[in-house]
Amino acid sequence: MALDQSFTGRTYPPARPYEVGREKIREFAEAIGDDSPAYVDMAAAKELGHPDVIAPPTFVFTLTFDEAMRVVRDPQLGLDYGRLVHGDQKFHYVRPVCAGDLLSVTSTIESIKSLAGNEVMDVRGDVHDAQGELVVTVHTKLVVRAAEGE
Amino acid sequence: MTAKVAYADVEVGAELPARSFPVDRATLVRYAGASRDFNPIHWNERFAKEVGLPDVIAHGMFTMAQAARVVTDWAGDPGAVVDYGVRFTKPVVVPDDAEGALIEVSAKVGAKLDDAERTVRVDLTVTSEGRKVLGMSRAVVRLA
Repeated sequence: MALDQSFTGRTYPPARPYEVGREKIREFAEAIGDDSPAYVDMAAAKELGHPDVIAPPTFVFTLTFDEAMRVVRDPQLGLDYGRLVHGDQKFHYVRPVCAGDLLSVTSTIESIKSLAGNEVMDVRGDVHDAQGELVVTVHTKLVVRAAEGE
Repeated sequence: MTAKVAYADVEVGAELPARSFPVDRATLVRYAGASRDFNPIHWNERFAKEVGLPDVIAHGMFTMAQAARVVTDWAGDPGAVVDYGVRFTKPVVVPDDAEGALIEVSAKVGAKLDDAERTVRVDLTVTSEGRKVLGMSRAVVRLA
């Protein structure tokens, strides 16, 4: 079943804000095996000009993915979650995510297309801090593979 | 933001130090917990095979994070990354054996984009088992 293309342009307001914790950054950096001091050592981060330890570039996806999943699970959209594949992923950073940031994600469905039987959906996540300043824009392309026999 | 590489010192075509990153099942379980992505295709072989995969596969975002390390280690400041994008072309299959899988990353400076902003584009090649697992893998970095 094709996705409802009228959902193009629909925006989903932020759920509760996400507070970026130093220990969560440390846990994430350890999980990707990255021992850069900028992620765990306040003095090293400050020496690089950051106000606090910063998060690895892909960390923010853990927030925006939750929000993109809220979109994906919108029952009116009619998306089969079980056939969902991550196609492309892009980040455009205004500044790095820092410990102490209180981040809010606004998700927008930028496009819905049918390509060779697959449904392709582009979701943009705009991540703002507590002051309302844009921190990073996250572009996620989701592909719903064609069901067998369709 | 203080990259440790000077824009003036970088030439187009220059290669960044290549790296190989091992990944086994324990790595994936740990990444699942840290990223809160608990999709069973990343830890449950039975489930992965039921949905048509050859075996458990690594999170695409894990592979993307590994590739980024080649760029951030080179730049010296992870905060110097301005843009980063990839296409997930093939999965990294992670067998349940002593070795697991290897993600191999090479990178070179593809272009000097803006002399005033001191930004360069780094083009990444990311393979596992000799197959390209990320496509269109590019980062823009602001240098010193």
